Amino acid sequence: MKAAVIVFPGSNCDRDLAVAFEKAGLQVQMVWHKDTDLPAGIDLVGIPGGFSFGDYLRCGAIAANAPIVGAVKAHADRGGYVLGICNGFQVLTETGLLPGALLRNAGLKYICRTIGLRAEGASVYTQGYGRDTEFALPIAHHDGNYFADEATLDMLEQEDRVAFRYTDNPNGSARDIAGVLSANRRVLGMMPHPERASEAAHGNEDGARLFAHLAEALTAA
Amino acid sequence: MRFLPSKTSKGMIMKVRVHVMLKDGVLDPQGEAVRHALGALGFDGVGSVRQGKVIEMDLADGTPESTVAEMCEKLLANTVIESYRIEVL
Repeated sequence: MKAAVIVFPGSNCDRDLAVAFEKAGLQVQMVWHKDTDLPAGIDLVGIPGGFSFGDYLRCGAIAANAPIVGAVKAHADRGGYVLGICNGFQVLTETGLLPGALLRNAGLKYICRTIGLRAEGASVYTQGYGRDTEFALPIAHHDGNYFADEATLDMLEQEDRVAFRYTDNPNGSARDIAGVLSANRRVLGMMPHPERASEAAHGNEDGARLFAHLAEALTAA
Repeated sequence: MRFLPSKTSKGMIMKVRVHVMLKDGVLDPQGEAVRHALGALGFDGVGSVRQGKVIEMDLADGTPESTVAEMCEKLLANTVIESYRIEVL
């Protein structure tokens, strides 16, 4: 199974994400933002964390208009898998592939620590976590305060598209939302960093389950 | 490239200012922080502070406002959370 990791100027979790994908058994190709096509046969696109284009204008706004993003949208429209983490989540909301937006943290501070989460919405990303089992992942963001209007939030909950919720909301996110799924459940955006908690040396391996189950599901498909 | 002003011919440029604000109902923590700071400085009666962005552009003279609106919709504002106002100077 093949994964692509998009690299923007200012991406800084791209290599970590590639390592996590590889560890789970995926073949990974790095793809520069100025490319206009994904390599042939890509099953999964990873949009990494970082500060694409210096977070100028709005986090993810410039990246969402980069040349490669047209191909990423086409991949998603074909039913391909897309995982956006942190800045990647911001990029996905800016492209419109996921609803809502990420605002400045309610406490105005950049937060870098490990937080508790619960998985909800059924998907290849969440199946490694029981619905009511708390697990922990690191967050590191200044703009992770998930916002959507009430109708959209209701719709996300009715369609079981809230992938992850914080157990103790760190940033003011509406309804404690830490990650959301697309309507076809194949595009996930999340603020926490599973790739930073995916091997023993990280001191936390809760993130490895996401990649292991994702790779398994893609291989079985 | 059609929006780039000519450097040689003055008068072929129109200046446009775009105001981008968070929509009503979207919490503005930065505005809140500024409001608290004003209170701490002794300015009484500051009920609400909203912080936004101003983007000034030199455009080719005669660029229709609908084109500027398109720029706002596609890039300058995120209409999920922000509203914009176009001012031709």
